[in-house]
Amino acid sequence: MHIHKFEKIWLIFGVATLLVFLSVIGVSAFYLGNQPPSCLATINPEQVDTQAPFDKPGLNKVEGKEWDYELVFVASAFNYTPGEVEVPLGAKVKVLATTKDVVHGFNVAGTNINMMLEPGYISEFVTTFDKPGEFLIVCNEYCGAGHHLMSSMIKVVE
Amino acid sequence: MNAFTEKVNKIDRRDAKLGMAHFYVAFIGLFLGGMAGLLQTLVRSGQFTLPAGIGYYQLLTLHGVVLALVMTTFFIMGFQFMAVSRTAGTLTNKQRKTAWIGFWLMTIGTVMAAVMILLNEASVLYTFYAPLQAHALFYVGLTLVIVGSWTGGGAIIMAYVGWRKKHPGQPSPLLTFMALVNTLMWIVATIGVASTVLFQLLPWSLGLVERVDVAISRTLFWYFGHPLVYFWLLPAYMAWYVIVPKIIGGKIFSDSLARLSFILFLLFSIPVGLHHQLVEPGIDPAWKFLQVILTFMVIVPSLMTAFSLFATFETFGRSQGATGLFGWLKKLPWGDARFLIPFIGMLSFIPGGAGGIINASNQMNQVVHNTIWVTGHFHLTVATAVILTFFGISYWLIPHLTGRILTKAMNKLAILQGILWAIGMTFMSGAMHAAGLLGAPRRSAFSEYGGAAQAAEWIPYQIAQAVGGSILFIAIILVIYIFINLAFFAPKGEEEFPVGEAANIAEKAPMILENWKLWLGIVVLLIAFAYTIPFIDLIENAPIGSKGYKLW
Repeated sequence: MHIHKFEKIWLIFGVATLLVFLSVIGVSAFYLGNQPPSCLATINPEQVDTQAPFDKPGLNKVEGKEWDYELVFVASAFNYTPGEVEVPLGAKVKVLATTKDVVHGFNVAGTNINMMLEPGYISEFVTTFDKPGEFLIVCNEYCGAGHHLMSSMIKVVE
Repeated sequence: MNAFTEKVNKIDRRDAKLGMAHFYVAFIGLFLGGMAGLLQTLVRSGQFTLPAGIGYYQLLTLHGVVLALVMTTFFIMGFQFMAVSRTAGTLTNKQRKTAWIGFWLMTIGTVMAAVMILLNEASVLYTFYAPLQAHALFYVGLTLVIVGSWTGGGAIIMAYVGWRKKHPGQPSPLLTFMALVNTLMWIVATIGVASTVLFQLLPWSLGLVERVDVAISRTLFWYFGHPLVYFWLLPAYMAWYVIVPKIIGGKIFSDSLARLSFILFLLFSIPVGLHHQLVEPGIDPAWKFLQVILTFMVIVPSLMTAFSLFATFETFGRSQGATGLFGWLKKLPWGDARFLIPFIGMLSFIPGGAGGIINASNQMNQVVHNTIWVTGHFHLTVATAVILTFFGISYWLIPHLTGRILTKAMNKLAILQGILWAIGMTFMSGAMHAAGLLGAPRRSAFSEYGGAAQAAEWIPYQIAQAVGGSILFIAIILVIYIFINLAFFAPKGEEEFPVGEAANIAEKAPMILENWKLWLGIVVLLIAFAYTIPFIDLIENAPIGSKGYKLW
């Protein structure tokens, strides 16, 4: 099979670029810890309200962990609990969320907090809230007739 | 070689009828799905509410099912039958009968699914979203569409095998080879969606089992969901590689490399579905990253394709006396809709492909996952690159099959249609990309989210989407008008089915490219490598399953 000289150059350049790109995201993910949310813990979706930490939705101060607070959300059609929460500016927070019924999304608009909530699984993401302001949480996975009404609000305050 | 079959350039009337049956369904689907799309953009502008108790998500389900599954599958099956009939010879009676059985299975399935959607028994979107639970007949209908496409695929495999038996030691005709690759990829990919429907969703919706494992259902769906987009794309590549060179009067850059790129798509289309599940719980991030790497392997055949196409264009332009770095561009037949419309599609695939790389980039996916950016992305790829190419194909294939011609007036109208599409899509897809970066969610009706300041920023973009959507719908009306003209009213005549020749006709394609035991073996190995452990993890650590919900 004959490959034109220019095509060889084009492909070598393209593949080299690809390798650099994959290395960058690989190092970022595995060395710097910027993994996509991939929590492996499970939960009984019918008993969410009685199980820690989901029996206490909202912002909870924690000691002796890599983060200062745990921000706990429970989703169900078509709302999040809590419906609004204040977070101190600069706080390092582990966001934990799960669903009591169908699949929901959990996207804090304007941030990189964006994860799927699936029945039976806990989703979590560690982040630092370093910008003040109001951040809208929207359900971005279709969950039924009220999907577009499902939201909450994180207020990052000084 | 059988000189007779090589010389016959006109598709047999019986085969033509088979093709047209598929295209009637496809274009009815285009109209219904396009109408739904228009209404969705109007609703999302906040200026319009749906009449007669129609639900936004009912409409969205219709839009997705009819365009992503029905319209595309019917068009592709029809086009591939015609490509095989043209290049490997008229179908045998047995092959044609098999193809017709496939057609009727798909049509019955489509009607069943559509009725359930219209009765509001199935507003679960085409991606299913268990534990939302649709009526069992919706799942049965979609199963019939898949089984029908397997039956039709069987006819293509039979035609390929028949040709190879008659021509031992020779590489198959390029278009037939490509149709076969796409068929094999489709069959392997649809095993995933068929499994979740037959073994999980159907028994569950019938009440035979109480609970469904959501994570496994999703993983099986996305095992199918990504190769689905390559199933749409490869027929467009068939046109770009083989048909467009003939239309401009040039040659195929390299027959062997075209085959090689299709084989690479076959290998790397399937073991990649986890990149749709990057922000989902329950899947180890190392396996996600592995599938991200496999996803990016398709960049290699994509680069090969881009090179080949533009090499064909440049070689042709220079053969016509073009000089300078870009002089060859002037020599291309810009006034020919059969070239211009697919060419606009090719251009849109450049930002479309780049956006796809962003979406699949592991942790970068968090920035855009399930925002309307993603909707903007696939409206550039499938709803521009692929669909414009399908329109470009229709403008010669429909008259070829009906014994009519594409008149100058219709050619002009087709060019107008292509330009309107480009303008409308620039507005709609551009605004979707921008709003998505601000966090606006996809698959959502109009909402002010309790007066949130961020949500207010999204609304101007939603109005721009409605403007774009309206322009696109005008273009769809033009397409339908041209289709009806070409099917029933255009003057009688002979419209060519263009099939390109390779630039270096003496170079025979390596026979290893037709060694299906080898390629399918590698396909199975790659799938086993990418999916075995994630599936074992999901099964071993499975939480209690979910009961069904009907929340619409």
